[in-house]
Amino acid sequence: MGIEQPAASKTLGSGFVTTSLDKLVNWSRASSMWPLTFGLACCAIEMMATGAARFDLDRMGILFRASPRQADVIIIAGTVTKKMVPVIQTVYEQMPEPRYVIAMGACASSGGIFDTYSTVQGVDEFLPVDVYIPGCPPRPEGLLYGLMKLQDKIRAERNTFGAAIGVGDVIQNKA
Amino acid sequence: MSDQAIVEKLKAKFSSEVLNVVEFRGETTVTVNKEQIVEICTFMRDKFGFNLLCDLCGVDYMGTSPRFMVVYNLYNIATKKRIRIKAPVEEKNANIDTVSTVWGTANWHERECWDLMGIKFNNHPDLRRILMPADWEGHPLRKDYPVQGPDREPYQGRLS
Repeated sequence: MGIEQPAASKTLGSGFVTTSLDKLVNWSRASSMWPLTFGLACCAIEMMATGAARFDLDRMGILFRASPRQADVIIIAGTVTKKMVPVIQTVYEQMPEPRYVIAMGACASSGGIFDTYSTVQGVDEFLPVDVYIPGCPPRPEGLLYGLMKLQDKIRAERNTFGAAIGVGDVIQNKA
Repeated sequence: MSDQAIVEKLKAKFSSEVLNVVEFRGETTVTVNKEQIVEICTFMRDKFGFNLLCDLCGVDYMGTSPRFMVVYNLYNIATKKRIRIKAPVEEKNANIDTVSTVWGTANWHERECWDLMGIKFNNHPDLRRILMPADWEGHPLRKDYPVQGPDREPYQGRLS
């Protein structure tokens, strides 16, 4: 990690860097993704393992926050029951923008093995999911890879900050 | 006191209520009419010290009559004895008296049984759903409830 100088930046003597606002904003957002402490099932065990000493999310600036008001990312870690949907929606709506959603594991992505009356068949039925992580449950490496994919996605955003402060619109990337 | 002695005393007190007694691998199961279930349970608690209701559940024997069976697993903490009581409940207007006055723990067990099996418990203090959302329709553990819910095409197998 650390401050990587984007190719477009120029150094003006010591201590000054010129760069685009996008690059600065995206760098800061991608380098401090704070997920909400929110687990639903066995995937949450892997999520905790990813946050603990062996895999250590803190080294990537990813710190679990206990309040949705301070969180940027919600990792849907586990089986979502229909009874849980209003709770998740409330928590998601409490998060400040920009906010991202990771569907961790087979259950959050598609319902998994729980093809039943009580289980939501994928959290994307009611939340805009940014990254899907396969696995049942995914190993911590899988979650790390998913988080890095989300970082890549954040770094590719164009003018999201400008749009938020009323300067122009978000420029959509061509897929 | 042995299981046989308990059953004999139960039969002597509620001779017309006991329908069947089965012993299998040391477990005694007494099937009784549902009408006097509260009296029978109170008798079991006070007379034989079955002071813990381990579990109360419903069973759906779809296709037979009566369709449902409410099962009470009793435990005597002092002597570590167990006994099982069953009461048949018919499908039409499925209901049985609550035993939450006998064992307080029956309250939530009966709510679960109502939620998932649709058996009403008369005189229950708070008969609401406990597991499913409050606005849920139907009782999912009934055998005729579609596994994937009523609003979806049923699963036809991987290759269909």
